[in-house]
Amino acid sequence: MTNSLLSQSINLFAAMLLIVVFAMISQRRILRVIHLFTLQGATLVATTVVVGYLTGQSHLYYSAAITFVFKVILIPVVLHRVIDKLNVRWDVETLINIPTTMLVGIVLVIFSFNMALPISQLSTSIARGTLGIALACFLLSFMMMITRAKAVPQVIGFLSMENSLFFAASAATSGMPMIVELGIAFDVLAGILILGVFMFQIREQFDSLDIRHLEKLKED
Amino acid sequence: MSLSGFLSQLLEILVALIAAPLLMGWINAWRAWLQNKSAPSLLQPYRTLHKLFHKESVVAESATPIFRIAPYIVFGCMALACGIVPTLSTDLPLSPAADAIALVGIFAVARFFIALAAMDIGTAFGSLGARREMLIGFLAEPALLMVLFTASLITRSTSLTNIVENLASREFVIYPSLLISGLAFLMVSLAENARVPVDNPATHLELTMIHEALILEYSGRHLALIEWAVALKLFAYTCIGAALFVPWGLAKASAPEAMILAIPMLVVKLAAAGFFLAVIETVNAKMRIFRVPEFLGTAFLLAVIALLVHVLLGA
Repeated sequence: MTNSLLSQSINLFAAMLLIVVFAMISQRRILRVIHLFTLQGATLVATTVVVGYLTGQSHLYYSAAITFVFKVILIPVVLHRVIDKLNVRWDVETLINIPTTMLVGIVLVIFSFNMALPISQLSTSIARGTLGIALACFLLSFMMMITRAKAVPQVIGFLSMENSLFFAASAATSGMPMIVELGIAFDVLAGILILGVFMFQIREQFDSLDIRHLEKLKED
Repeated sequence: MSLSGFLSQLLEILVALIAAPLLMGWINAWRAWLQNKSAPSLLQPYRTLHKLFHKESVVAESATPIFRIAPYIVFGCMALACGIVPTLSTDLPLSPAADAIALVGIFAVARFFIALAAMDIGTAFGSLGARREMLIGFLAEPALLMVLFTASLITRSTSLTNIVENLASREFVIYPSLLISGLAFLMVSLAENARVPVDNPATHLELTMIHEALILEYSGRHLALIEWAVALKLFAYTCIGAALFVPWGLAKASAPEAMILAIPMLVVKLAAAGFFLAVIETVNAKMRIFRVPEFLGTAFLLAVIALLVHVLLGA
């Protein structure tokens, strides 16, 4: 009984991840996007722990712990510091046409659900049904990177893409080898630090975080 | 039609007619308490109805018969809707008359007539309100249908009584799809019942009102019927929500005596829903009218995702 409820809760968490990504796409305030990213990380941790418990694989607990430290604590803290220093904490981004973006999002979801169905039938893992959701989250985060004009939400889109990949890995197989996970975790942390420096550079050059300025190669 | 079915149907409509204004009063009281005001009596809606029924009804000179019959049609639609939604028992002789899709149609008929009546007089406010109401209606209906479809897919039936019976008799399973569509349903019902993020039921501020602009020209017994219909609509939506997402505690056809238990259960559900609604109305500000399409678009999106998640996960 407990086990069946737990395995159902994996589906629940997966659905939550999908909703959080959609919320990120439609959110105007940078601060809220960061909160949503933290929530996404926490959901990921919960899923990993449940999958670890159900399959009895103890290394998933370690990977959950790493995810918790990096994606729920360290990276959000770094992001908060970055938006404080850049003074964009209360920035409101003008997004173009949220309903259209959402409709494109639905199309992406249908596409990835269709794609994932035959793949997940090959898998034997406990959370195989959620592979479609992981793929959809991945594509939606990718779309978030495309539709956003400011640098910080783009970076969050990138991080959320990484989260979805992680979720896909634990959904399709039962987690990656420890060494790969550690490597990715440090890569992402290094990535965010470099991107942070990069954001300061953009601001320094153009007095704005709008990456459209990067399209101009020189001052005219 | 069995006698017990007939009785439960009658009792259900009576309970709806009596309890709907009380639900309104309960929400208003909680709203006042949460906002640190002294609350009106719980019975205030009954007093308002009583007062309005005893007042003279004034009708504009330019009014056509549509203006006169609209309140009766709206009231009739809402009472019928309350008769179809299983609130106390799933043994309802009326329910084969209309399934979940037709129920949305009944709400649409009521909206159509109230919008016609508002435009009938030819005042600016009336047509303004009618347009806004239709805008909200045409965005909210597809989302509501999607929510109902998700429940129908899970239970393989579009009849509300079958859906509720099926959901209530299953072993407890977490349905992510139902959870998401519950969220969508909440957003839709806020918009459909003209509650706070979309419309403020307590305001007569000219430029922001939607529902109040529609009924500005009504008075006396017509207004009383419309106010009662509004309460019935809120009651019906609360009961649809309770039926789809907390379907436990209803009496079945085989055990009509469970109705005695179903009544306190219904009271608990309604009280909780009313309190929840008051909290939502207190912590949210009314949004700009042009944000409403976005709000309802999100509701539609959530409902569609719920449907897709059900197809993918089978849960």
